[in-house]
Amino acid sequence: MNARDATSTVAPVDAAAEIRALLDSLDRELVGLAPVKQRIAEVAALLAVDRARASLGLPGTPPALHMSFTGNPGTGKTTVALKMAGILHRLGYVRKGHLVAVTRDDLVGQYIGHTAPKTREVLKRAMGGVLFIDEAYYLYRPENERDYGQEAIEILLQVMENQREDLVVILAGYKDRMARFFECNPGFSSRIAHHVDFPDYTREELLRIAQLMLDRMGYAFDDAARAAFERYLGLRMAQPHFANARSVRNALDRMRLRHASRVFENLAQADRAALSTLAADDILASRVFQSREPS
Amino acid sequence: MRITQGAFSFLPDLTDVQIRAQVDYCLQQGWAVSVEHTDDIHPRNTYWEMFGMPMFDLADAAGAMVEITACRATFPEHYIRVNAFDATRGWETVRLSFVVNRPANEPGFRLVRTEGPGRLQRYSIERRT
Repeated sequence: MNARDATSTVAPVDAAAEIRALLDSLDRELVGLAPVKQRIAEVAALLAVDRARASLGLPGTPPALHMSFTGNPGTGKTTVALKMAGILHRLGYVRKGHLVAVTRDDLVGQYIGHTAPKTREVLKRAMGGVLFIDEAYYLYRPENERDYGQEAIEILLQVMENQREDLVVILAGYKDRMARFFECNPGFSSRIAHHVDFPDYTREELLRIAQLMLDRMGYAFDDAARAAFERYLGLRMAQPHFANARSVRNALDRMRLRHASRVFENLAQADRAALSTLAADDILASRVFQSREPS
Repeated sequence: MRITQGAFSFLPDLTDVQIRAQVDYCLQQGWAVSVEHTDDIHPRNTYWEMFGMPMFDLADAAGAMVEITACRATFPEHYIRVNAFDATRGWETVRLSFVVNRPANEPGFRLVRTEGPGRLQRYSIERRT
């Protein structure tokens, strides 16, 4: 009895330390997203407390872990889903902790009788981990009543309900379209416990993200380049189709291209600094600045 | 008569927990698991009916258990086996195969004698009815 008591108090403490470490790494690696981190911390705490309660024999219901991530493109939904899979795995709520990311095409078939096996196949692959359905609202096409998406939804709902311990489903997409999707499919919204909204990044956050990305790629801005990039961000954010962190990454990739073609001209003389420093010219050559001039 | 084909067949029938553990082992080795069934248990019947596709890139045994359960529900009176295929170069073969379902009543086999030329006896076995 003594031995059992000892283990049952030690285990939750270990888990708490581990969760804190996980959340810290989340904090370090993801810029901004305060409400999202808050939500994840709450979920993690709930799971850890449930664990602790179960180990002392207190009654508990298995938690519903299906989630919906809503937000504009490039706000880190997929990245957070990946982290979430890791967290749930550490907490022991999914056995393998892998993430299977799919879209409508992977679930819905092209002819009668094609959808069910296809959906089941994906579900089987995702079992023991997290199934991430990107742009989930495409599953439901109200304008076509014979659309096979409905069949996929039904199978999905059935598995979400009956095999909760085998798989966690995360739906992701734009906020307004997801809201409409949930309205049309009340079965989904009642089975999803956690609705997490991803806010857009501010300019300062995007700058920090750019800095993180550059560090990871082994590049740096010089002072002029940093100022130019700040201006670039301001202009780009006002343009249509701005996809937050994704746009920043694409912009950095294009800057690397310009940097490379500039350095390539006298590659023999290029030293370490020249190879890793992005100059203002690399940024100012962007089309974003040119499109300002005619208007 | 209890049919002894495949691994573990001299042991008592595996429970679902044991089957899951075996499948998990197979997946850890990187083998692809598939489910097959037959009502003709003759030892020369190597090719059983496939139940669904072989499950490549499965991560967890839960997926295979779904298939096994579905197969049992469809063919409760058939023999059902789980195969684990190793695609590694040089192996490229089934590494583990075991029966996970058998009918309640197993009649077994009887000996059949066939007379050949010059009083030659040929022997084979036939399913008892």
